[in-house]
Amino acid sequence: MSRDFHWLPNIPNIRKMNAFKRDKKEDEDGSNQFQNLEKTTVLQEARTFNDTPVNPRKCAHILTKILYLLNQGEQLGTTEATETFFAMTKLFQSRDVVLRRLVYLGIKELSSIAEDVIIVTSSLTKDMTGKEDLYRAAAIRALCTITDGAMLAAIERYMKQAIVDRSAAVSSAALVSSLHLTTVSGDVARRWANEAQEALNSDNVMVQYHALGVLYQARKSDKHAVIKLVAKLMRSSPKSSYAACMLIRMACKLVEEVDEGSEFLEFIESCIRHKSEMVVYEAAHALVNLGRSGTREIASAVSVLQLFSGSPKPTLRFAAVRTLNKVAMSHPAAVIACNLDLENLITDSNRSIATLAITTLLKTGAESSVDRLMKQIATFVSEISDEFKVVVVQAIRALCQKFPRKHAVLMNFLAAMLRDEGGLEYKAAIVDTIIAVMEGNVEAKEAGLAHLCEFIEDCEHTSLAVRILHLLGQEGPTSKQPSRYIRFIYNRVILESASVRAAAVTALAHFAAACPALLPNILVLLSRCQLDFDDEVRDRATYYCTILQQNADPAILPLVQPPQLSIPSLERALRNYVRSPMDEEFDISQIPPAQAIEEPAQEVLATVKPQQPRLTREENFMEKLLQVPELSAIIHDSILFKSSTVFELTESETEYNVKCIKHCFSDYLILQFDCLNTLSDQFLEDVRVTVDNQDIYTIVCEVPCVRLPYNELGSTYTVLKFPEDIQSTIITLPTTLRFIAHDCDPSTGIPDAEQGYGDEYTLEDLEITVRDQVRGTGSRNVDFSSSWENAATRGFVTTEQIFGLGANVTTLEEAIQSLVMFLGLEPVERSDRIKSGARQHTLLLTGVFRGGKEVLARAKLVLTNHVTMQFTVRSQDLEVAELMISSVG
Amino acid sequence: MFQSNTKDSKPYEPTLYTIKGISILDNDGNRILAKYYDKNIFPTSKEQKAFEKNLFNKTHRTNAEIIMLDGLTCVYKSNVDLFFYVMGSSHENELILMSVLNCLYESVSHILRKNVEKKAVLDSLDIVMLAVDEICDGGIILDADATSVVQRVALRTDDIPLGEQTVAQVLQSAKEQLKWSLLK
Repeated sequence: MSRDFHWLPNIPNIRKMNAFKRDKKEDEDGSNQFQNLEKTTVLQEARTFNDTPVNPRKCAHILTKILYLLNQGEQLGTTEATETFFAMTKLFQSRDVVLRRLVYLGIKELSSIAEDVIIVTSSLTKDMTGKEDLYRAAAIRALCTITDGAMLAAIERYMKQAIVDRSAAVSSAALVSSLHLTTVSGDVARRWANEAQEALNSDNVMVQYHALGVLYQARKSDKHAVIKLVAKLMRSSPKSSYAACMLIRMACKLVEEVDEGSEFLEFIESCIRHKSEMVVYEAAHALVNLGRSGTREIASAVSVLQLFSGSPKPTLRFAAVRTLNKVAMSHPAAVIACNLDLENLITDSNRSIATLAITTLLKTGAESSVDRLMKQIATFVSEISDEFKVVVVQAIRALCQKFPRKHAVLMNFLAAMLRDEGGLEYKAAIVDTIIAVMEGNVEAKEAGLAHLCEFIEDCEHTSLAVRILHLLGQEGPTSKQPSRYIRFIYNRVILESASVRAAAVTALAHFAAACPALLPNILVLLSRCQLDFDDEVRDRATYYCTILQQNADPAILPLVQPPQLSIPSLERALRNYVRSPMDEEFDISQIPPAQAIEEPAQEVLATVKPQQPRLTREENFMEKLLQVPELSAIIHDSILFKSSTVFELTESETEYNVKCIKHCFSDYLILQFDCLNTLSDQFLEDVRVTVDNQDIYTIVCEVPCVRLPYNELGSTYTVLKFPEDIQSTIITLPTTLRFIAHDCDPSTGIPDAEQGYGDEYTLEDLEITVRDQVRGTGSRNVDFSSSWENAATRGFVTTEQIFGLGANVTTLEEAIQSLVMFLGLEPVERSDRIKSGARQHTLLLTGVFRGGKEVLARAKLVLTNHVTMQFTVRSQDLEVAELMISSVG
Repeated sequence: MFQSNTKDSKPYEPTLYTIKGISILDNDGNRILAKYYDKNIFPTSKEQKAFEKNLFNKTHRTNAEIIMLDGLTCVYKSNVDLFFYVMGSSHENELILMSVLNCLYESVSHILRKNVEKKAVLDSLDIVMLAVDEICDGGIILDADATSVVQRVALRTDDIPLGEQTVAQVLQSAKEQLKWSLLK
């Protein structure tokens, strides 16, 4: 009773008690003595370092605080860091081991922020060469973090001695540091290779491992030296497991690069019987990833992985099943033997292992087991992280491609996943998969669209809703019953945010443009949208209403679906046009299309890459070219039409590496030669690539590369003017690299003599092809048939010829691929995909020739024993059409 | 993470730079000690801490030992109120990472005389820092044998002046020293 009575005045007491509790709690985990450190206070305390004699315990504690703060991400200014650094150097007076070691840590942490850090060089050098082993190794590592190129020569002698030191710690520290120093001076490893070679024979396993790393670094550019190194070590397998793993990786690289690598492959396979699990797994993993592994190698890898997958250690199980998953992609049959083990892992408590097991089973399983596995997944899909859900979705996607008949089951499963909770990435992966299934399988289209419609009814991600609405606008009009989608789309107009409403309006307009039957009704809907309170939505509605009311003209479709042009190029072209007298009409066909976001075909990534800024490759190159004054004078008001892929003019391991990129403008061709000098004892001046123009092209100018030091990329340019006659632009030009060479000291790069000597080096021939001068229009959904039919009225000429394709083309896919590759035109209406088993096919291509000349082409292909093709080209320019025909022949 | 190498089936360039990061977190996911060795991943401490939070959230309830996160393979181990992590790139040999984690844990355990908990780590933070520095140098595994790591960080037995030590502490340190001299 009395308690009840007194409860009011007690409030302050309760508060006090709470405070007490909190105190106590802080006391418990407030064991963190570093918790409330203040940067300025700690730096003040650092003044204690200046006291003599040094109090080691006190100073060590303060130094620990500083290191703790730095480790917590506290930023020091340059002055603060420098002051602290100098105070710290006073601590060298103390002989306390722990304190000295902490000073080394401090030096390493501050070396990148503080100034004049080389002040401690002599102290560190003294420690490194002294007697105290506990100092020496750590001093070497600290010293190397403050060493720059100029200082390197001074400590070189000590480092070489340290590498071969009796103490393993010292030797390891020197070897590891020399690897870090390669960022300071590229060839440190090579200069110290002899010492590293000696260290390789050390009894200490870590020294052996580090020495191998340094030796590889030293020799990696010389393939024969690497072969020798690996071959020698293969015979006396290294004692260190780490070194063995490293050796396997080196052998792998050789197997890929050398033609006769069978002994290396045998070595990797023999490592499967190594006594260390780590090495066994490394070998199995290597065999799985090697392109050259045959069935036998894969089988032996799979058998150890199978063993590991039953291990009590989660890491080993994870590693095994993850690698099996990879095998299942390339050799599904090899994994079938493990199916029973994988089934056991489905219920693994580590969900990552379970997911990997299931997705592996999905890849190897038969069609009949799909239903059962899908049920299994459904039981735990809600428990796993989004990242793994994405993996499951991707497995389903692969499954749809493998078993097209199962699309109904899988589609339903995907739809169920769509309804579940999940982040944007996960939802986007599902939507992607549904879209991919629809594209690959016509039967699935209607069901897919229905699922997506249902999804946008309740979709919290604006970006996804916009994408789906766009897709509906593209695909809906050609479905069996377009009208049923209108309701879904119009619901968005009523319920959603402005950007979704705008997308919905555009989708409606697509329906109206493509299905005249729906036009009157949609016009009613659109006119309502004209009252929307968002500007963008209202503007779009007004725009579409106006266009659509002007009645059914086939020309309105491009207005409803504008081609995706590259905005920066369009801006530049319009600016140039406004500056010009504007006598001619603005030619929009000059503008390159925006870069299509290419979907990586096979890439199965769980993390989504950040979106790259949408500058096309051409625009990036244009920026670079405009920075060269000589080039800028020629091309400043034109638009880069197309940049070719990189063309190698040398083998990859020659003394000089030259690669060429051809930049095509409407009248000019700029050849960009990227040169790399791989000789460390030479630097080159006045580097140019001379092109034998064979009196057809005119050489406008050459921009040489003034200096080309060892291992740096330099560019030289040659500007050619296209000949009038389009036929003769296709040509093979001999090229030569000319330069003035200076012999120099490989370590310093300083030339031996003032005068260099002229030299030249013959390169491979450069081909200029049709592909360099043609590009796609970027409008994938262009209505090919109407442009084809209307071509004659727009003054297009037609040429036609029938070809029998060569003996090396035996399938329609190959024919399509090589045709697209060769001409540089872009397939439209998805005509580059053929139905499996088809004997004939029509490929539709569009593109633009430099100078904005439109090209339409149709290739009718028939497969008998070989492929016969009827190839028809329509273009504004007869010469261009003829060029297309003649270059196919 | 399950990045298929089909596009560039080239094996990864052999290198000693194996470790991308090492961290020790407390049971609230706060950093006690962390080192990141690759400037290309998590360049700022803000990104590092965001990653650690995420990592902690994904790992503190299940003792599953290994997880893939943000394109990294992370192996981990926990004890009382501490979480130890070692991170490597997604194509790194998971067992190598595990061997480094084991070495880290055993070294710390040895330094703290089997008393692996937050308070003890903070009390000997200097020695633990030195141990981490001895295990991994700039991403290269320097030593993965706990006994040799512990030897190299110079266990401080004469921590406190003799007069200030309790009898029990003196006895303990004497025992330790005896044990070490026998082991040698």
